[in-house]
Amino acid sequence: MSSYRIQGATADWEVVIGLEVHAQVISNAKLFSGAATEFGAEPNAQVSLVDAAMPGMLPTINGECVRQAVRTGLALGAQINKFSVFDRKNYFYADLPQGYQISQFKHPVVGEGTIVLDLDEGASKEVGVERIHLEQDAGKSMHDQHPQFTYVDLNRSGVALMEIVSMPDMRSPEEAGAYLTKLRTILRYIGTCDGNMEQGSMRADVNVSVRKVGDPLGTRCEIKNVNSIRFVRQAIEVEARRQVDIIEAGGTIDQETRLFDPNKGETRSMRSKEEAHDYRYFPDPDLLPLEFDDAFIEAARDSLPELPDEKKSRFMQALGLNDYSAGVLVAEKEASEFFETLVAEVAKATKKDAADVAVKASNWLTGDLFGALNKAGKTIAETPVSAAQGAELLALIEDNTISGRIAKDVFEIMFETGKDAGAIVEEKGLKQVSDTGEIEKIIDDIIAANPNQLEQYRAGKDKLLGFFVGQVMKATQGKANPGVVNKLLKPKLDG
Amino acid sequence: MSDLTKLKIAEARDLLAKGDLTSRELTEAHIAAVEAADPLNAYIEKTPEIALEQADAADAKIKAGDASGMTGIPVGIKDLFATKGVHTQACSKILDSFKPEYESTVTQKLWDDGAVMLGKLNMDEFAMGSSNETSFYGPVKNPWRAKGSNNDFVPGGSSGGSVASVAGYAAMGATASDTGGSIRQPAAFTGTFGIKPTYGRCSRYGMVAFASSLDQAGTITRDVRDGAIMLESISGFDPKDSTSVDIPVPNFEAALTGDIRGMKIGIPQEYHLAGMPGEIEALWHQGIEWMKAAGAEVVDINLPHTKYALPTYYIVAPAEASSNLARYDGVRYGHRNVPDNGGLVDMYEATRADGFGDEVKRRIMIGTYVLSAGYYDAYYLKAQKVRQLIADDFKRAFEKVDAILTPTAPSAAFAFGEKSDDPLAMYLNDVFTVPASLAGLPGSSVPAGLDSNGLPLGLQVLGKAWDEETVLKVSGVIEQAAAFTSQPELWWR
Repeated sequence: MSSYRIQGATADWEVVIGLEVHAQVISNAKLFSGAATEFGAEPNAQVSLVDAAMPGMLPTINGECVRQAVRTGLALGAQINKFSVFDRKNYFYADLPQGYQISQFKHPVVGEGTIVLDLDEGASKEVGVERIHLEQDAGKSMHDQHPQFTYVDLNRSGVALMEIVSMPDMRSPEEAGAYLTKLRTILRYIGTCDGNMEQGSMRADVNVSVRKVGDPLGTRCEIKNVNSIRFVRQAIEVEARRQVDIIEAGGTIDQETRLFDPNKGETRSMRSKEEAHDYRYFPDPDLLPLEFDDAFIEAARDSLPELPDEKKSRFMQALGLNDYSAGVLVAEKEASEFFETLVAEVAKATKKDAADVAVKASNWLTGDLFGALNKAGKTIAETPVSAAQGAELLALIEDNTISGRIAKDVFEIMFETGKDAGAIVEEKGLKQVSDTGEIEKIIDDIIAANPNQLEQYRAGKDKLLGFFVGQVMKATQGKANPGVVNKLLKPKLDG
Repeated sequence: MSDLTKLKIAEARDLLAKGDLTSRELTEAHIAAVEAADPLNAYIEKTPEIALEQADAADAKIKAGDASGMTGIPVGIKDLFATKGVHTQACSKILDSFKPEYESTVTQKLWDDGAVMLGKLNMDEFAMGSSNETSFYGPVKNPWRAKGSNNDFVPGGSSGGSVASVAGYAAMGATASDTGGSIRQPAAFTGTFGIKPTYGRCSRYGMVAFASSLDQAGTITRDVRDGAIMLESISGFDPKDSTSVDIPVPNFEAALTGDIRGMKIGIPQEYHLAGMPGEIEALWHQGIEWMKAAGAEVVDINLPHTKYALPTYYIVAPAEASSNLARYDGVRYGHRNVPDNGGLVDMYEATRADGFGDEVKRRIMIGTYVLSAGYYDAYYLKAQKVRQLIADDFKRAFEKVDAILTPTAPSAAFAFGEKSDDPLAMYLNDVFTVPASLAGLPGSSVPAGLDSNGLPLGLQVLGKAWDEETVLKVSGVIEQAAAFTSQPELWWR
């Protein structure tokens, strides 16, 4: 369990965090209109008559968005509600054309579920998901286009969002970060949200309160629309500190909505409870209750890929990876897919079981390739070395064509040029020498050329074995098979 | 030929089919009649060019043997149906100059059948009213006047332009919409036949919304057969309206057999209102006798929650309206008023303050109130529960009877200003029409006689959900029995 505490003047304080994540649904079209949803189109290029709330226009539900929400619910092990209701949330704003947002209030499509956080040193923690509901996104007000006017872009208006509401189960900025990371991983695995926080397709409202350990929950503040995991962590830290300072100075926390300013590193009040909107929720009479059957749910379930937690435990149990490596590999869907291809190809090329090559493949991937990608500032999707190419390299080590040492050099060339490992080995003449006769001859030459060292070795200075191995490798430009060298060298030195 | 505007749709259809009449002739006669009818203020936008173009297309369609019931028939369109490129403002200032880029499904179906648009018809602002006095374009005059009097009467509402144009021979039929009685009550006030089908029978796509769970399109015609023909044209499932229902549209005209022998007609005892004019009671009684004479069995029924219908309606409808009308904010279209140095909220306030009329503001405020935190359960939620009870009343009644007969309205047409200062008196006009609206049931108003002043009165026929055929059949029998041949004097021509 986390023991994150805020040191106050009077006591240690615990922070209590709940997150409301708005995740833009990946779908062909908006939630209630046929308009497209692509990011980055010209302003107001993706707006239907429904999105612009023209008189007499009616919403009709996009079944794909419902399917995506159900798939998300299933991926979080959540209850799926076969009956749910769309409500109108009424408020006025220039980028809300209808004057109301169609959302789900009393009867959301998905009920309670769970997310398992992966914390440091293999620790994990379950965080409850209270509900997921579907709702429309608003448009975007642009205040910086004209000195007097605000411009409105309705491309986003009506795009489907899943609002994923957690229980107030998190107790540190790290846990909140881990929650968002894990949620994003799951959404990307199942393809229901691209999780790109910088593009706004995933946004978080953060509820923060503090209490002395063991006390009942304190009054919470909601920090709206935080758009990166780092900012979520920072916002929690400063907001919790602010609340502790107020309480310890004898004040009370007002329930209110606040904004986080990452430049100033502070939260400030957006609107107080008194100024809060009365949204006048009521069931949208333009839409019938949303109902579907078990077959719809089962089809959604069948469409789910292996989820990160399942994949991780398979990597550990079936392939023998340790917790850390398995965790790193499943964190991104692309990385896990790269790994699976890599293992399969190595196993095929070496005619070994996947389990026998998986650890080496994992080490190479998380060490060599991830290291190089990191240094080059690239993602796994942009790797110049494909899984098949990596597999060829690993197979060359496995069948003793090259040594692990040479492999590092070959990999560097591969990463720079994109060439295949076999071609590089051929071209540069890097094949490992395992011919005992040839190696024996070199060993004899080296022993003959270093009588002093031989004498010292025989007088008990064992460490000099390394010196002789090094000389042999040097003489063969590293190509000598180290196993063969060791096997031949020792008896000769021992006399 | 004599006055072509006196033809009924079915008569014109037969003449057109035989080649004895062209749609162009019929349309030209109606364009002239529309011009002449200016004193009625029924049309707020005339579209003669479109009409003639459609008439010629209809004539070609007829020649090609591709005609249906509405082909070549000139009609008026209530201003809340979106008509592409043509005035569509629900007679509100807040939609000033708005012309949609789209066509409502109801009007599209008419054009697909070859109907001809004469123009857009006056109505109460956003269909909120029972006298057509709340229109931004001024009130509509009832073509009917009391015997020996030149005083004007209201045409009823909200479909005041629809009924005045049809009763005044300035359209052969008109689209209308009914939320709590806006088709049936004005039909009764003008001696026309109005039918509101089952909720979900016609698409609401492209209808400016008042109260989404109640709004339903329908028709105004000069007789029942015309109503059957026109209703069939505008009915049908539309995937663009989630609340429209995918069931086949019957041949409504074929239902007009005139034979109601053995049918059971229910008389709801709760509709005998204290203080209701004797003439209305007498008319109702007459209707009962006609039913018996036609071989139907008349049975007393109870609809015990009737007295809660009006209060329920005046919670549910304003609640939905307060939300539906939020989109009229001055941001994207229609009227906008930005005060000097004003911000967004100032613009909202100024735009909506002078864009909406008093009745609309009253309902927005009622609706906002009943949905507010702390009041929702006591008002909106309770009203929804009562609405269910009212629907259950009808369901039980329709286990015993095939149709229900009531007066359409508790009085004949009244004078301008008579009720406009007293919203509650105005709301009481809908006391007989609102319950069926809350239950989503089909209903009609059939001209059945004149009051002592010579003003028309109507009887209401209600049917089971999706059983417009019975409503039409019973309406036809009343029409036959009443032999209603009175016409308003054409004082405006």
